[in-house]
Amino acid sequence: MSDTVVGPRDPYHIGSDDRASWRDPHSEHAARDLTSKRIIVGYGFWIFLLSDIVMFSAFFATYAVLSGRPPAARAGRTCSTSTSSRSRPPACCCPASPAASPPSARGPTTICSITQHGADRAARAGFLALELNEFAGMIAIGAGPTRSAFLSSFFTLVGCHGLHVTLGLMWLLTMMAQVFAKGYRPDILRRVLCFSMFWHTLDIIWVAIFTVVYLMGVGTVQ
Amino acid sequence: MSHTADEGPSSPSAGGRPGARRPARRRGEIVRSLRTYLIGLGLAILITVVAFFIARTTLVWQPSIPVALFVLAIAQMGVHLAFFLHMTSGPDNTNNVLALAFGVLIVGLLVVGSIWIMANLNHNMMPMERIMQMQRMG
Repeated sequence: MSDTVVGPRDPYHIGSDDRASWRDPHSEHAARDLTSKRIIVGYGFWIFLLSDIVMFSAFFATYAVLSGRPPAARAGRTCSTSTSSRSRPPACCCPASPAASPPSARGPTTICSITQHGADRAARAGFLALELNEFAGMIAIGAGPTRSAFLSSFFTLVGCHGLHVTLGLMWLLTMMAQVFAKGYRPDILRRVLCFSMFWHTLDIIWVAIFTVVYLMGVGTVQ
Repeated sequence: MSHTADEGPSSPSAGGRPGARRPARRRGEIVRSLRTYLIGLGLAILITVVAFFIARTTLVWQPSIPVALFVLAIAQMGVHLAFFLHMTSGPDNTNNVLALAFGVLIVGLLVVGSIWIMANLNHNMMPMERIMQMQRMG
């Protein structure tokens, strides 16, 4: 029986011609269970990531409302130094964006070597250092999160992304250790799949932050 | 979302027959997924460079710059979804695409709705000086 159904290893994959075999409940039990488990794990984690994106969108809405077009609305509250400091983030985060926007986590293939993850980790750690440096600089000139509602929303939005990157780095270290100690077992590969989805979704959020906060910030200051 | 080569060495359909076709197919899969990632990386870098250029350029009409940045951001997100998160139109991805569509709906409602409502409130609000005046009188 198992000889008749060989086909591609992933019967759910596009172009696979043995789609009928997985509809049939009696054929290829093991393969069906394994592939559907991976797909179900990915789907569940994707739902979680979408809820995370919805949470970020609330922060984005807050930021967009508070940094509204008329600068007079926030001029009374934010000090003049904070407006000038808004022009600084793009300059100081420029080196961070190539590290963040091309995601180098390769996903759960065998090519995801430990050295490559190490390089990714170093890039993200550098990104975090830049971000903390920017925050410290803004607080030092009196533009901390307590200064105005606009700055509160800025620190919440960017800081929440930074928190996600921090947690992701810890997860990356854990996954490196697990791959090193346990090898490419199917359960480990599912964890790596979840991790890579988390990392790339974080990149999507970073693209939005980078565009809305930094690149559009350049335009309004000029 | 669905990787082609992530079932690992203990894939059951190949486990029964350690055939000679296996290594060749595996290498083909790795090359294919590597090519996908490299195309995605190239597109992501290209869009990032264009966005940096657009943000500071004086060549175009200035009010068009935020719109261009917005479009580039959407394109960048699309590149990430297609090449890095592997969203496809395949039958294994229908649920993921539907969930994404729902997420985009909620995000759009939240962001556009908030901006719209707050702009409307701001528009209808009494000028700040009048409020201060009334507070002083009262």
